[in-house]
Amino acid sequence: MPTNQVRKKKSARKFLKGNNISFIVVLPSIFIISIFVYVFIGWTGYVSLSNWNSLAPDLSFVGLENFKQLFTSFRFQSDIRNMIFFSLLFIFGVVGLGLFLAVLLEQNIKGKWLFRNIFLFPMAMSFVVTGVAWRWILNPESGVNLFLQKFGFSPGWYTDTTIVPGWKVFDIEFGLPIGLIAVLIAAIWQMTGFSLAMYLAGLAGIPEEIKEAAYMDGANKFQAFFRVILPQLKPITFGVILLMLQVSLKIFDLVYTMTGSGPNFVTDMPAIYMYETTFKGNFYAEGASIAIIMLMMIMIFVIPYIMRQKEEH
Amino acid sequence: MKKNYKKLIVFLGLFLLMIVTAACGNSDNNNAEDEKDGERKIEILSWWTAGGEADALNTVLDGFHDEYPDIIVENAAVAGGGGSNSQAVLSSRLQGGDPPAIFQAQGGKDLLRWLDAGYLQDMDGIFAENNWDEVFPSEIIDMNKQDEHVYGLPMNIHKNNVIWYDKKLFDELNLKAPETFDELIEVSEKLKDEGVTPIALGDKNPRWTTLWFDVLLLEELGADKYAQLWNGEIDFDSKEVVNAAEKLKTILGYINDNHSALDWQDAGDLIIDGEAAMQLMGDWESGYFETKGWEPNEDYGWVAAPGTQEYFNVVNDSMGFPEGVKDEESAKKLISYMGSKEAQEDFNKLKGSIPARTDVDTSDFSVYSQDAAEDFKNLKITISLAGGSATPAGFLSKVDDAINAFVTQQDVDNFINTLVDAQSLLSE
Repeated sequence: MPTNQVRKKKSARKFLKGNNISFIVVLPSIFIISIFVYVFIGWTGYVSLSNWNSLAPDLSFVGLENFKQLFTSFRFQSDIRNMIFFSLLFIFGVVGLGLFLAVLLEQNIKGKWLFRNIFLFPMAMSFVVTGVAWRWILNPESGVNLFLQKFGFSPGWYTDTTIVPGWKVFDIEFGLPIGLIAVLIAAIWQMTGFSLAMYLAGLAGIPEEIKEAAYMDGANKFQAFFRVILPQLKPITFGVILLMLQVSLKIFDLVYTMTGSGPNFVTDMPAIYMYETTFKGNFYAEGASIAIIMLMMIMIFVIPYIMRQKEEH
Repeated sequence: MKKNYKKLIVFLGLFLLMIVTAACGNSDNNNAEDEKDGERKIEILSWWTAGGEADALNTVLDGFHDEYPDIIVENAAVAGGGGSNSQAVLSSRLQGGDPPAIFQAQGGKDLLRWLDAGYLQDMDGIFAENNWDEVFPSEIIDMNKQDEHVYGLPMNIHKNNVIWYDKKLFDELNLKAPETFDELIEVSEKLKDEGVTPIALGDKNPRWTTLWFDVLLLEELGADKYAQLWNGEIDFDSKEVVNAAEKLKTILGYINDNHSALDWQDAGDLIIDGEAAMQLMGDWESGYFETKGWEPNEDYGWVAAPGTQEYFNVVNDSMGFPEGVKDEESAKKLISYMGSKEAQEDFNKLKGSIPARTDVDTSDFSVYSQDAAEDFKNLKITISLAGGSATPAGFLSKVDDAINAFVTQQDVDNFINTLVDAQSLLSE
């Protein structure tokens, strides 16, 4: 008997050694994630190839018909344009402004803690709140224009339907929709706090010696910043860009509450189209196709990132 | 170590148990809970969540509770999106086999699409029992009928071919409320000269421009052809439809610049503030004006949209009865109650609409509602596109999209082509 017990104890110990224990612990999450994420992605992919475009599920296979419909529609072409310009300018704004403010706060100015909190605060709010507030602030008749009018300046904000430069591409005019700038202001206002926090942490992590060494070697402030500090912040910039990219590619709540689709779809986004076509129009397969396109666009950026991470390890 | 191992096993076991009970135990548990203490619980799903609408629904539910104290009705209303959020919830509940006892839909095609998907049961028995065929107008019952079975209980009636105007301003400028399209343009020109925006529009939700197109089509086509258009029997590139689009383009020359920033209420505020003079809107506008302290026939007046004096373009909410309701008996009682004279009176008085039943005494309804109730009895009833009743929701959403582009582009050919493309959705 005692030998048996000892053996049991030994095998149990052996079993719990190494990778087995971690495998068992993550097993439930693997199980749940595989069902609620990957099986459903697969299901969405399947629906996107089907003819399910009314309330009654019709899963007969139609191939890429839904995608063809989407890419020839004026609204979806507008969505792609809006998303490209929104993502580019949003990320540029968040990274640039966040870095700028972080560097400012790093100079030992008075009331540093106060400014840090003020800049971080918008991040604590929901996009819905931001959307509703900025909708009124930038309303051309009642908001900030009442002030701007005194200087003879009254922009149409999100009601402006101009597209710059407006090259004719397929069915749409390609360029930056001016109406989108209003949404960009709100989005950048909200998310800059995030990049600011990241950069502050990054700046704090740069050893003083490196900076001192640069100054010793005769670098002025700008040279030290661009040649020494900025390269050190590269991983942070990369992380901020990636995280902001997934915010911008799937943005919904901010735009939906602030402007909706906008006149002539100048502020429409794929996620809004997906929601409306699925639940207002009952075009389930079309909605699923938009979801798949959005997923692919995010994957284009995320997969290289994951590969890189793997290489680094 | 051994102890830890045991703990792990116990943990995994508990976890599995949790998953299994969560997955399988749900429906049985609910049933047991629903019937405890002899109380029955049923749910009503709607998007009546704001102000008067919510009060209207609650009053009806209170009335029902007085009559059947042992049935608890849970109000599962979902706000937002002009009903689309509520419909999203409804569709996932029906697909998931967890239907509410009754639900709100727009009468007609919007309600019947749930039937096409196999989720509705008929109300023939309830209608016969209560003799409802005699008290609801046949046009309204027929709207909810398919293959001679009736699938919806009409709750309320709104008229949406109404132009609301600032009466004091019109009197001051000695203007007459326009009755034809030409008069509308004439009046608009005069208002423009006075520095007032002639027509207030809030199309953050493009549906309110679709409403303009809707009434212009009714004017151009007349009631019979208008109905044929929605059945796919008339083509969208026909002369009348093109004319309606041209007229819409003319109208767009008289609207406020910031229309795309506004909802319909904000556009109503433009009239109250004296910045604009007229607005085309469903008659929920009268309720809105009254909450702002505006008096009917004194501060504001109303007139049928140009060329539609003969018609009552109906927006209607109807209740649907899903298949697979757990407590059908209680659900039927609630449906019978909601169709009763008492419930229809309570509901509509608070909601600012008129009862779908024509035998309800409306003498203590608002001034406007009494006028509308009279019209409802006397005018030709037409089923509105913008009200969601005339066509499948998919078609309407394509029209909204086309309209949204048209307001900016003002390209009639392009607009008509988009409509022609969408026409195939009508014959399905």
